[in-house]
Amino acid sequence: MTATAPARATEPVAVDAPEVRGPGARRTWVPMVVAASIMIVISLVSVCVGPVSVPPSQVLGTLLAHVPLLHFHTSTPPIDQAIVWQLRMPRIVLAGLVGAMLAAGGAAYQGIFRNPLADPYLLGVAAGAGLGATIEIVYGGDSSTFLPIFAFVGGSLAVAATYLIGVAGGRRAWGRSIVLAGVAVAALLTAIQTYLQQRDAEQIRQIYNWILGSFSVASWSDVTLILPYVVVSAAVLLAHRRMLDVLRVGEEEAGTLGIHAARTRLIVVAAATLGTAAAVSVSGLIGFVGIIVAHTVRLTAGASYRIIVPVSMIAGAAFLIGADLIARTVEAPAEVPIGVVTACIGAPFFLFVLVSRRAARGVGVGDT
Amino acid sequence: MPLVTALAAAAAVLFPGAAASAASGTAFPVKVRAANGSVSIPARPTAIVSLSPTATEMLYAIGAGSQVKAVDEYSDYPPSAPHTNLDGDDPNVEAIASYKPDLVVLSDEAPGVDSQLGELGIPVLSDPAAANLAQEYAQFMELGEATGHEAQASAEVAKIKGQISAIVKSVHKSAKPLTYYYELDQTYYSATSSTFIGQVLGLLGLRSIADAAKGAAASGGYPQLSGEFILKSDPRYIFLADTICCGQSPATVAARPGWSDLTAVKDGRVLKLNDDIASRWGPRIVILLSEVAAELQQHPAS
Repeated sequence: MTATAPARATEPVAVDAPEVRGPGARRTWVPMVVAASIMIVISLVSVCVGPVSVPPSQVLGTLLAHVPLLHFHTSTPPIDQAIVWQLRMPRIVLAGLVGAMLAAGGAAYQGIFRNPLADPYLLGVAAGAGLGATIEIVYGGDSSTFLPIFAFVGGSLAVAATYLIGVAGGRRAWGRSIVLAGVAVAALLTAIQTYLQQRDAEQIRQIYNWILGSFSVASWSDVTLILPYVVVSAAVLLAHRRMLDVLRVGEEEAGTLGIHAARTRLIVVAAATLGTAAAVSVSGLIGFVGIIVAHTVRLTAGASYRIIVPVSMIAGAAFLIGADLIARTVEAPAEVPIGVVTACIGAPFFLFVLVSRRAARGVGVGDT
Repeated sequence: MPLVTALAAAAAVLFPGAAASAASGTAFPVKVRAANGSVSIPARPTAIVSLSPTATEMLYAIGAGSQVKAVDEYSDYPPSAPHTNLDGDDPNVEAIASYKPDLVVLSDEAPGVDSQLGELGIPVLSDPAAANLAQEYAQFMELGEATGHEAQASAEVAKIKGQISAIVKSVHKSAKPLTYYYELDQTYYSATSSTFIGQVLGLLGLRSIADAAKGAAASGGYPQLSGEFILKSDPRYIFLADTICCGQSPATVAARPGWSDLTAVKDGRVLKLNDDIASRWGPRIVILLSEVAAELQQHPAS
């Protein structure tokens, strides 16, 4: 895949180029408004629906009671208020942040590596975070307070190692060697993680739970923990969306346009890694979001990163909020692992988009 | 007070004294029915390897402790058992064989392990997790037959039955079952009333809120519950079986967002259980039951 991607990338760009470089304002705003509307509808449904039925009027009352300076008083019972404000809302916000981050990270990685199979876990962030989380669970005492920090540090270190090894391979085959380094680093760290997990079978369920990913115990403190990283990361990725378009045409061409390719790549990879590591540190390893949201956006809204990056953020948030809604309601009051939902809903939906767009436009996923 | 007697009796279970040393005169060879079929044991075993923490507790309870040569890494009770680093979940046949056992007891049917040990001529008993107390008693009897302690095994079973019925009698049962939330870990994995632990607690007139998870029975009775469902159910009691693994306590539970509104939290009806005892189906289940019974008496739910 890594070998063919750059070769493929050159031709379809030409197909889409006139649209991409057109007077972009309307083309950017329409998909953003559509995605945002979908996200708002899904969020509203999510806050009103759950294993426990709370009437929409009481949900609204609870939300208004938490608007600062409004001093709204609600007659909603305390337990229902807690359900809406302490359990559902942080779940929705956290799923939104994580979904936005994974989708934008995936889009950025696909652009930087010009590889349609790139996802935010490509450079070993998931394996590193998994190892960090396992170390904390096995050696870190009882309460898992430091689990997010260990996962975050593990994920970041893994990507740093991949990057340094990949860059040491020389400038020419940069993309390929860093992706291969990522595969090797991920394999090594996953092996160590599996070894630790097998050695301490009593903790295996805790580790397994984290690896599957879940928002079942999300709280506002999780939101505030990752918010700074997600905001900074998202801002950096948004600021570089035009550069990702330029990098698509190739490094030398980018150079002639006055773009320092190596520096741009480093900044984008660092930002995507930081945000992804923060996201998975609280959510666990949720798959599929990073790879399919960006492609769905690309196939439906346009091939320019000026569209893909912001729309993927919104669509990723909507997708994960919706997936979590299904995870907590389909077998209520039991929970279904969210990774199962993202794969079961996401994969067929993505295949549907892929086939229908291909038929309509004659363009495929390879057009990164 | 019947509860005190029950506790005292429970303690006696764990330390079988001089009475237990009398051999019960089983004639070997014997054929024993275990979960892995009919197993024939040629002579009274004197080098037992137990790879199941529950079986280890049972063997010691029926006076077969002196015949145990090695136990797995998680067999932490009784403390005097010969601990090794043998892994009961993923048993290594060579490592087991190196102890030259004449009987191996497992809890999981690790595929291939019993046939491999069989080829080495080592009899293997598989005693998987009991689904109910009757199965626990059957495993006691089976281990008694296999080790030459039949009489002690049936005495042990009779003793446990007696203690349980004494504990059950000591508890005032309300007309409506009292609800509880049983916590296996801090991501709200729980147990339904149809599980082993659920049936034991059911003897005291308790009913798990996890029963509402319909699909749970099919998946073994251990669903992961929604936080909002637990809050809305407002269970009368909360039993924490994640105190050792995950450091949970009434204080950590009260600190969870929204949980301070639960009546069980407000009225102090959150009980710490020993995870190890709660996850086994051995002789110490009596201790767990008496602790829960004591909680019901000390903190009655209106």
